[in-house]
Amino acid sequence: MYRIVDKKVLNPTVVQLQIEAPLVARKARPGQFIILRVDEEGERIPLTVAGVDREKGTVKIIYQIVGATTEKLAHKEAGDCLQDFVGPLGVATHLEGLKKVCIVGGGVGCAIAMPIAEALHDMGADVTSIIGFRSKELLILEDAFKACSNTLRVMTDDGSYGEKGNVTAPLRELLEAGEKFDMIITIGPLIMMKFVVATAKPFGIPVTASMNPIMIDGTGMCGGCRLTLNVDGKKVTKFACVDGPDFNGYEIDFDEAMTRGRMYGTFERHKHEETCNLFNQEVR
Amino acid sequence: MAKANMSPTKNEMPTQNARVRAHNFQEVALGYTEDQAINEANRCLNCKNMPCVAGCPVRIRIPDFIAKIKEGDFEGAYQIISQSSSLPAVCGRVCPQEVQCESRCVRGAKGESVGIGRLERFVADWHNTLCAEAPIRPECNGHKVAVVGSGPSGLTCAGDLARKGYDVTVFEALHTAGGVLVYGIPEFRLPKAIVAKEVDTLKKLGVKIETNVVIGKTLTVDELFAQGFEAVFIGSGAGLPNFMGIPGESLCGVYSANEFLTRSNLMKAYLEHPETPIMKGGKVAVVGGGNVAMDAARTALRLGAERVSIVYRRSMEELPARREEVTHAEEEGIEFCLLCNPTEILGYHNPDDPRDPKNGFVKGMTCVRMELGEPDERGRRRPVVVEGSEFTMEVDTVIMSIGTSPNPLIKSTTEGLEVNGRGGIVINEEGLTSRRGVYAGGDAVTGAATVISAMGAGKTAAQAIHEALSK
Repeated sequence: MYRIVDKKVLNPTVVQLQIEAPLVARKARPGQFIILRVDEEGERIPLTVAGVDREKGTVKIIYQIVGATTEKLAHKEAGDCLQDFVGPLGVATHLEGLKKVCIVGGGVGCAIAMPIAEALHDMGADVTSIIGFRSKELLILEDAFKACSNTLRVMTDDGSYGEKGNVTAPLRELLEAGEKFDMIITIGPLIMMKFVVATAKPFGIPVTASMNPIMIDGTGMCGGCRLTLNVDGKKVTKFACVDGPDFNGYEIDFDEAMTRGRMYGTFERHKHEETCNLFNQEVR
Repeated sequence: MAKANMSPTKNEMPTQNARVRAHNFQEVALGYTEDQAINEANRCLNCKNMPCVAGCPVRIRIPDFIAKIKEGDFEGAYQIISQSSSLPAVCGRVCPQEVQCESRCVRGAKGESVGIGRLERFVADWHNTLCAEAPIRPECNGHKVAVVGSGPSGLTCAGDLARKGYDVTVFEALHTAGGVLVYGIPEFRLPKAIVAKEVDTLKKLGVKIETNVVIGKTLTVDELFAQGFEAVFIGSGAGLPNFMGIPGESLCGVYSANEFLTRSNLMKAYLEHPETPIMKGGKVAVVGGGNVAMDAARTALRLGAERVSIVYRRSMEELPARREEVTHAEEEGIEFCLLCNPTEILGYHNPDDPRDPKNGFVKGMTCVRMELGEPDERGRRRPVVVEGSEFTMEVDTVIMSIGTSPNPLIKSTTEGLEVNGRGGIVINEEGLTSRRGVYAGGDAVTGAATVISAMGAGKTAAQAIHEALSK
């Protein structure tokens, strides 16, 4: 069992947990992920590592409540235990040699972008961060980004905080102003990452996108996390769990990934409702 | 002693009625009664040269345990089997006895061989139900051995070493021990309670099992040595599922057999209110003809499919699955679309409504008819496309069951570990790899094979480890 040592509610739908998992904490690097199960009957869900404390042996995860499992997870408190917690899985983000980087994060994806921004900052790289949220209420990690970014742009869809608009607007503005990034690293909703790639394309700046598909084992065994890359006009199947989760943004078939992400949509909505009803009954 | 039973046929295995079992996940074969077991045991002629033993990858003393059954000493029979096999209740169910021990049986020359597998299963079940006695834990010899993977090869290696007094720790990547026995083979063929019981027996022998540890990620092989393990056995299993490389394989509703079976078995998606989703019902096509394909097809049927077809490019004669599994599948109503090969999976696309929830889901599969041409290098006749034979099947789910490729996780993090052209770990006849102290066996070496051959490999390596460490 894996003990939750700290819990913070970052916004109405996003929660941060610190979990005791010394073996994972010792190894995890930015961009890698873990798989957890809340309880004995639970499903396995992948979540990207949002930070580690190697001395305390804890791993930080930040997640959005979107379905039954994350709903159950949200009802766990500090001191409670998780059934299973395995990792670190996947390949860490390649940061070697990067001097000037633009991080583009959307929503809860910012939680994953954070340790990457921090690592780059610690390496002495010049970090520009563009983080976007639907509204002020959903804003997370602003101070953390401020601390490790040379430039920070905060965007909200409704203009309730920072600048109004999508993350692609300031990105285009910077690129048009002649900013020469070695790399753009983007993490967030698939549709956002797709448009980040489209925005960067005319400027020829490399883009790394962090994918978060449906997974079961996370070690390559099931192939459920497969995605298609277009490499030099040829379609190549890759497994996000062992080959990724980071891929060359220009090669990813985002449309296919979006369709695959919806495969169990109906089941998940139904299950989430069912779980919420159960918790509500308990409260009554 | 009773007179030899000269019946040319085996005592039939009692099974659940095909129409009933097609809708439940309970075990298909129900097992012999004591009387049936003794009657079957009396068919054994107790040959002096024991040809059957030579056909067993773990060399169970078959005539000896059968002799005990004849006497009604079932526990005595169990003790003989367990000297050679760590997983008798498992092997009695999933071993392809017809090409191993039973294929060498003298009785098979005129009629059917002795039902060795059925007797093994009877003995193991009898012991597991009626004998609660914990196995005697041997005195620890102080040597630490690490086993990577808790599938058949790993459990066998661990069991053999623990019986010799080694301090064995098994590292498992998933949350439950058992490997393919829990994620791959379905409940109706191998109840998970039986696997859990076998694992429990090993724990009582002193084997430690650490779940949620991915060797190559959480810990490396080198770190295991640094932690004081003197030998490492790698039984990490088959690896990454293969796809055909045809258009449409990423559509919603296309699974690898590994994923489909893992969702149903390990994640229990077959239960009425599962936490893990799986596509149920509709028309299902399973591409491939091995045992895994049979398992996937029969699982889909039990999950409520209205129609399940096995799509295989050769004919029934070349179909690699065990005959028993094919017969069971046919009885349950699985269709066999033979000499048939998919060329494209077709997806639903509503041009008028991009939000149509069916968009991106499978709606059909284009196939071509095949005919058998000249034999290939392995002697199997090569399937050739019949020109102009293209046709479309209506399907909602496609399950690809066409084998696996080795997993790169351990190889890529273990310096000096040699692999062959297909990515399988290279070993010598003792199971030793190119790295000192590192042994390997099972599918990680051979690619997809059988439970018992993996167990044989685990056994060989355990013996080699014992010889190396007791010098």
